[in-house]
Amino acid sequence: MKRNGIAFWIGAALFLAAALLMTKVVSNQYPFFAGYVILQFIALAVAWSILGGYAGYVNFGTSAFFGVGVYSSVFLVKAFGAPLPVQILTAAAIGALMGFALGLLTLRMQGIFFSIATIALTIIIETAVTNWRYVGGAAGIQIQRPPVSALFDNYVQMLFFVQAVLVVLAVAISRYIQNSWIGRGLQALKDDELAAECSGVPTLRLKLLACVISGALLCAVGAPSAMYLQFANPESAFNLNYSVSTLAMSLIGGTAHWSGPIIGAILLGTTQQLLTVTISSEVNVLVLGVMLVLFVVGAPEGIIGLIRRIFRNRNEGRES
Amino acid sequence: MSSETPAPLLRIASLTKRFGGFIALDNVSVEIPPGERFGLIGPNGSGKTTLINCISGAFRTEPGTVLFRDEDITALQPHLRTRRGIARSFQIPRPFRSMTVAENLMVALDFAAHEHVSVAKRRDTMMSILTQMGLASKANVSATQLSQVELRKMELARAMATHPKLLISDEAMAGLSSSEVDEVLDLLMSLASHDITIIMIEHIMQAVMRFSDRVMCLDAGRIIAIGTPSEVMANQRVQEAYLGT
Amino acid sequence: MDLLLDAVVIGVLLGCFYGAVSLGLSVSFGLLDVPHVAHPAFLVLASYFVYFLNEHYAIDPLVAGLLITPLFFAFGLVAYRIYYETFEKRGSDAGVRGIAFFFGVAFIIEVLIIMQFGVDQRSVTADYVGKALRLGDLRIPYRLLVAFGVAAVLTILLTLYLSRTFMGRAIRAVAQDQEALRLMGTNPIRIKQWAFGIATAVLGVAGALLIIVAPVEPTLDRAYIGRTFCVVVMAGLGSMSGTLVAAIILGVAESIVLTMFGASWAPAISFAMLLGVLAVRPQGLFGRRS
Ligand SMILES: Nc1ncnc2c1ncn2[C@@H]1O[C@H](COP(=O)(O)OP(=O)(O)OP(=O)(O)O)[C@@H](O)[C@H]1O
Ligand SMILES: [Mg+2]
Repeated sequence: MKRNGIAFWIGAALFLAAALLMTKVVSNQYPFFAGYVILQFIALAVAWSILGGYAGYVNFGTSAFFGVGVYSSVFLVKAFGAPLPVQILTAAAIGALMGFALGLLTLRMQGIFFSIATIALTIIIETAVTNWRYVGGAAGIQIQRPPVSALFDNYVQMLFFVQAVLVVLAVAISRYIQNSWIGRGLQALKDDELAAECSGVPTLRLKLLACVISGALLCAVGAPSAMYLQFANPESAFNLNYSVSTLAMSLIGGTAHWSGPIIGAILLGTTQQLLTVTISSEVNVLVLGVMLVLFVVGAPEGIIGLIRRIFRNRNEGRES
Repeated sequence: MSSETPAPLLRIASLTKRFGGFIALDNVSVEIPPGERFGLIGPNGSGKTTLINCISGAFRTEPGTVLFRDEDITALQPHLRTRRGIARSFQIPRPFRSMTVAENLMVALDFAAHEHVSVAKRRDTMMSILTQMGLASKANVSATQLSQVELRKMELARAMATHPKLLISDEAMAGLSSSEVDEVLDLLMSLASHDITIIMIEHIMQAVMRFSDRVMCLDAGRIIAIGTPSEVMANQRVQEAYLGT
Repeated sequence: MDLLLDAVVIGVLLGCFYGAVSLGLSVSFGLLDVPHVAHPAFLVLASYFVYFLNEHYAIDPLVAGLLITPLFFAFGLVAYRIYYETFEKRGSDAGVRGIAFFFGVAFIIEVLIIMQFGVDQRSVTADYVGKALRLGDLRIPYRLLVAFGVAAVLTILLTLYLSRTFMGRAIRAVAQDQEALRLMGTNPIRIKQWAFGIATAVLGVAGALLIIVAPVEPTLDRAYIGRTFCVVVMAGLGSMSGTLVAAIILGVAESIVLTMFGASWAPAISFAMLLGVLAVRPQGLFGRRS
């Protein structure tokens, strides 16, 4: 247990060091542009699976949280010229509140009704932002990047590193949850809510907690996106593709372990980046759809599930 | 009240439960003293499971109150009732399917504990419960791989892991072979004590007769008889209800 | 005041049209419990088939819609078979994976349409597209009247089918009690598959209405997720006449909001109503589930 923890934190530190080092030695800008997107999807998928994976409440509102993250940054920049850390923290706070509200409103719904309600919420918020002139309405808004801080040569490199930090944060939280009583409670209620309640699990409170944490992280991950694109419009900030991509990555990786969404996001995110560059963004969506269908049909427990099955078979082979 | 009768552990007063227009429980009142082995019988659909759903909090009841150790728990959520000491098994077993038997029990130990105990202590408790239930060898087996009788025992074990004062067993013997029925019945007998009151729902009359201090019979949501096992068995209306008129 | 009357009249017509595009979902989701979020994608796909037939062979859109009905029936049979084999048969959390599955399918359909027809809006040509009926101050586009008429006929036919024919009754029965049907010696899976086929076949004509009422684009299905699910959930799962009533309520609400606040608020109406209904009744307005 303890040794695992140390290994994890050493790994995280190495990862961040590598990301930082990369900003120092790589001069080509493309790896940072592409890397940012992949890191963003890793963080989204990990954050999503806290509610969607551990608790089994399939949230299609990733786009809602992401978009609200984007637009809270837009607002803060336009109104106060707030710096990036403030944008991210504020977005996290708003995301937590939003998660709480969403939870109160929808967590009593079962299965598909919950999912549909989260889609509904996305469109409603998108529509509201579309009608909000101050942040540019439907046409969108241009955003000026401030000069970059001393540590980095270039703003995109900084965003890349910031996103790497968010990934570590999200993974650490997700991992903590999985290994703690919260994770066990979520797993129990995912299996059977009534049986969980009757074993003393406060299901509603745990679901709310998962919703709040997941929401805060999703929003925080969206916040730097405004600076990354230097532009925001409701149609792309709230695009349903974020929801489906995130869901697909988590399901493809497998939600039974915190590393599943990471694997799925790296796999699908990298593929998508390559396809966008080499072929077209339509093919990209096609691959998303096809992979989602294939995995849901063929490997319902995702890559993690496949790996576990292989190991189990091998172990059984050894025993007999 | 005579001084010999202790204060009831569970007191149900004029409980009614409707599903739409259908009345599943009709003005049910009953008191169960601590330490009693209470048998609950009645034909299919008579409201037995509904009654324990109301006691454990799975259903909300509109009119009527449930008092547990003199506390009104009618409006409490199920997990709070569990923490107060009401545990149950399910007629159709509801294990946590993604977990092992040991983990199933750990959920209950983690969440229903009355005071904080160390993880090591909780593991000890878990193992001792599993041993008592004859499931020790299955501790690390997935709940989906248990046989029917093992599943029933695991449900009882999980319920026991919540440290109940009142244990409700909903047809834990249904569909078992006669030797398995005896096994589970012996288990329930061994669990019952002055500190653990048991309500046992069962269709198998021999088991009910052997087990119960007192028996209550429901029919169409109403209590039609309550008393010692032999009294209830001899009751005309009980016999009619079971033969079906 | 006139404006409001206008809005209500248009809303009723629009509502009937929404009813028509929701009928299939009312069967597949309402009666069969399939989380069919790809329903609107099939609807848009049907529109593009109709567009293709209209553009290249100058076939009237409604006739084209009828022509593709058998094809969509077959689609439905296949889709349900896959869904059944992969989810229902295995049992566990079909809902969660099922909805992901259908989202995947919806995305695939979207992209296939884009690759074939591009992202531009498409529309059909027919005598009744683009002209309007004048009743005093009231100006009612013929295309809405056509949609209204066809929608009404479609609803009546489907209601009759479900209540009067043997197969229709079997479908209703399967929704209520699968076991009873099995005991009677009928295969419930066969019946569900048939029902899903019917539900998808209706989309042929509904797709024609969609492109008659307004031009279509490949991602139009996303807006219709809200409209169709709103209608079906509000109607009470599986009620055909309820579907029509709910659709008219939605149509009128959208039309009024459109007139008073402008088109930019319209997309949120159906979703807000849906969310409202779900918040009050977590299992749907007249949920059958206990
Ligand atoms: N959630 C529910 N919704 C609607 N009706 C219900 C519900 N639960 C139970 N009922 C109805 O209430 C009545 C009593 O059911 P209950 O399960 O309590 O019977 P029971 O005595 O436990 O029967 P059995 O011996 O078969 O377990 C039945 O007619 C049943 O159909
Ligand atoms: Mg029962």
